[in-house]
Amino acid sequence: MTDRPGDMSCEEFQSQLPELIGSGKVAANHPHLKDCALCQALLADLETIAEAARQLFPIEDPPPKLWEKIESALKNEEESGVDGSGEPESGPERPEGEEDSGAGPEKPKE
Amino acid sequence: MSDPIHPPNQKSTPKGDGRNNAEAAGTPPARSQTTAAGPAEADVLARAQAGDHQAFAQLYSLHKRRIYSLCLRMVGNVAEAEDLTQEAFLQLHRKIGTFRGDSAFSTWLHRLAINIVLMQLRKKGLTLISLDEAMEPAPEEGPGRSFGAPDLTLSGAIDRLALERAVAGLPAGYRLVFILHDVEGFEHNEIAAMLDCSIGNSKSQLHKARLKLRDALRTNPRQEARP
Repeated sequence: MTDRPGDMSCEEFQSQLPELIGSGKVAANHPHLKDCALCQALLADLETIAEAARQLFPIEDPPPKLWEKIESALKNEEESGVDGSGEPESGPERPEGEEDSGAGPEKPKE
Repeated sequence: MSDPIHPPNQKSTPKGDGRNNAEAAGTPPARSQTTAAGPAEADVLARAQAGDHQAFAQLYSLHKRRIYSLCLRMVGNVAEAEDLTQEAFLQLHRKIGTFRGDSAFSTWLHRLAINIVLMQLRKKGLTLISLDEAMEPAPEEGPGRSFGAPDLTLSGAIDRLALERAVAGLPAGYRLVFILHDVEGFEHNEIAAMLDCSIGNSKSQLHKARLKLRDALRTNPRQEARP
């Protein structure tokens, strides 16, 4: 850990990065970065990764046949009278000890 | 406010996925966080809740891309992602009557899909049990820190296969937040609602995910093309 301009060490700066980035503050203009190549490189890499995710992982369409499968399954459920809404295995995962209303992903508190 | 690492005008928001431009730009959503992306979807939702099959098909069209992409990125397998997407919409059909509008419909649907994905990961033998556990990876799974020694930086060109492999290697909680934010373009407040965690926790998980990806990509930046 090294003291840096702006009276902030790399460790202190990096501990603030999630909030700086996540809150929309311009982390690149932070005083600590002016003379800290290490943290400049870190921030540049994080930008590269976020940009790569956007570029390389497009939102993709499922195959058209998927809707046909869903329709078919829905028809089967309706014909067999399956509702499923009360089945434990169809409900959302809940942390242990948390009330499960069985009402889907709606939070119990709401 | 937007995440500067993800410039507002570059959010990956596909057309017809139910998100509006303001939300895509990273500004606070113009729509209320509530219910639906707009009057049109609210109407479709109401009709679907009343049992209108055509309306349910419209809901599928509106949300299929993001749900499928979430499943695909979480499990990394097309056939499995299709099965999970199918299960998510079947569950939606069973439970849509219970949606009360306390959160955005998209948030509610994603939460449902996330639970299905997590259950699938558990079936595959991963130790995940709940969202809480997904959001709290074991300490040894955390990213390395970056103090002291000069680091090897990424070149700026990241290979898709390398990124896919690195993302697949993330703990599920990190992977979820990374996909929801950096791939699907959700804001931290939306992710916090989906995962039932704090906004600060979402920011922290995303940062740790990116740090861990950085470590993985510097270790193995490119995968050689296979014949």
